[in-house]
Amino acid sequence: MQGQIEVEIADLKLRNPTILASGILGTSADYLTEIARAGAGAVTTKSVGLEPREGYKNPTVIQVECGILNAVGLPNPGIRKFAKEIEELHSLEIPLIVSVYGFSPKEYAEVAMMAVEAGADAIELNLSCPHIKGSGAEIGRSPKMIGLVVEKVKESVNRPIFAKLTPNVTDIKEIAMAAASSGADAITAINTVRAMAIDIETCRPILANKIGGLSGGAIKPIAVRCVYEIYEAVDIPIIGCGGVRTWRDAVELILAGASAVQIGSAIAYEGLPVFKAIAEGIRTYLYRKGFGSVKEIVGLAHEA
Amino acid sequence: MKHNEMRIVKIRKVKMETRNVKTIFFEDKLSASAEPGQFLMVWIPGVDEIPLSISSASGRLASVTVKEIGEATRALNKMKKGENLGIRGPFGSHFRVVGKNALVVGGGIGTAPLFMLVTKLLNNGVKTTIIEGAKTRSEILFHDQLLALHDKRGLKVMFTTEDGSYGTKGVVTEAAEKCLSEEKFDSMYVCGKEAMIRELYFLAEKHGIQMQASLERIIRCAMGICGSCVIGRYRVCKDGPVFDSSQLREISIELGKFQRNFRGERIPIEN
Repeated sequence: MQGQIEVEIADLKLRNPTILASGILGTSADYLTEIARAGAGAVTTKSVGLEPREGYKNPTVIQVECGILNAVGLPNPGIRKFAKEIEELHSLEIPLIVSVYGFSPKEYAEVAMMAVEAGADAIELNLSCPHIKGSGAEIGRSPKMIGLVVEKVKESVNRPIFAKLTPNVTDIKEIAMAAASSGADAITAINTVRAMAIDIETCRPILANKIGGLSGGAIKPIAVRCVYEIYEAVDIPIIGCGGVRTWRDAVELILAGASAVQIGSAIAYEGLPVFKAIAEGIRTYLYRKGFGSVKEIVGLAHEA
Repeated sequence: MKHNEMRIVKIRKVKMETRNVKTIFFEDKLSASAEPGQFLMVWIPGVDEIPLSISSASGRLASVTVKEIGEATRALNKMKKGENLGIRGPFGSHFRVVGKNALVVGGGIGTAPLFMLVTKLLNNGVKTTIIEGAKTRSEILFHDQLLALHDKRGLKVMFTTEDGSYGTKGVVTEAAEKCLSEEKFDSMYVCGKEAMIRELYFLAEKHGIQMQASLERIIRCAMGICGSCVIGRYRVCKDGPVFDSSQLREISIELGKFQRNFRGERIPIEN
């Protein structure tokens, strides 16, 4: 058989390697279902914490020359309320990954437990939101804190744990190894890159939070490098994320070492058909190159 | 995707419409090429960025018509000619001309995008009736402009006020129901409070006429990615804000009943 695009990550079976990235449209059961209908291999919810958050004031999301800059501020209704959305997804045809954040290892674990109880197939730990005090990247920059969070969540839930890492560190291998050695089942790399835009007419930062995270085309080469480095450092699967807009981008991340890819900002340009287009593009590529499956090309660039 | 980029524009003119409603004109080619029903993200530097319907677009000038409701709209209506605003857009779907006899219904500030629409309908040879509802006489929007279109172009204009200080006493939905029972319309265009839209949706369904309604939700990105404005399987910023009957049917359970707050939590719409 040639051109098999089904992939497995931890114990999740994906019909294709495209996953909706966290923070993109994953706010409601209805819309996550819509993404599944559009052809995604799996979906990740918007990050949810223990307590509700309103998020920051607008502007929260703006387009810059080479990508999208955002500081939305993790708005979410809190896991108790969000559990209802998760419960509505029991008949979802694809795996549901719930993204969680917390302000301590214990909080991450509490949220993860409630998410799993509501029906999450896997938990993605947001260890990488670049613009929130006391959580996200502030935890995810420290190998020690990452270890504590992953261990605590791992001992609390019996579903696969994905650690989503920030590129805003000196050495991403170091934090990837911390996550892997503490029991993470996979690594998602990367979250957005800390960035900023200043309007020159009004002479002020545009985002209300001033600093945000950059996504989209500009960060793809950074994602490719991070995935490549992480692949050499750990033995667990990697989910590549950052600037994937076409099947070529997806294949590039897979060759660097990703077993699947997440898609986010590209939806702003390509709409929901992007999932099917990328999945079919990967299939055609595998055929053309004579590869049997996605698995055969994961990390292939390392053999060069 | 030029329209997504933040452009800084200078306010060219501010027109007082009512005690707490102003129309703010600025020069922006993209906004001036907008279709009726589309919206802009308007950045009041240092305050907030909010979605607003475009109320006029001609030549190089476009405008938004703003009612003071919260911090952002108050700050916006304090701004003067020559001051800077940030603009993104135009975004979203727009009202489409269908049929030959249109009923246009606006409630309060919901009338903002409808003057552009009635002009377009008349330009397309559609027989058009507009009903505008307001709480009281002093809150009626675009009164003189609408009457001018009546005189020059044959637009049928009706006003309702809740206190009876002008036009027919009552609410627009009652006036719309009366119109629909007396005359054969083939399309209805609506903007206003969602509870009103819900009532008019059921009226349109009952009379078997096509409806297009503009909905409002919390909007952050306006690019269809953040998920703040989802209703059913639609994004108000991208698939809307103007929805037609077949789309409204799919969301009729939520329509006028539920919305999502800044936390993304589904909450009842207060009327």
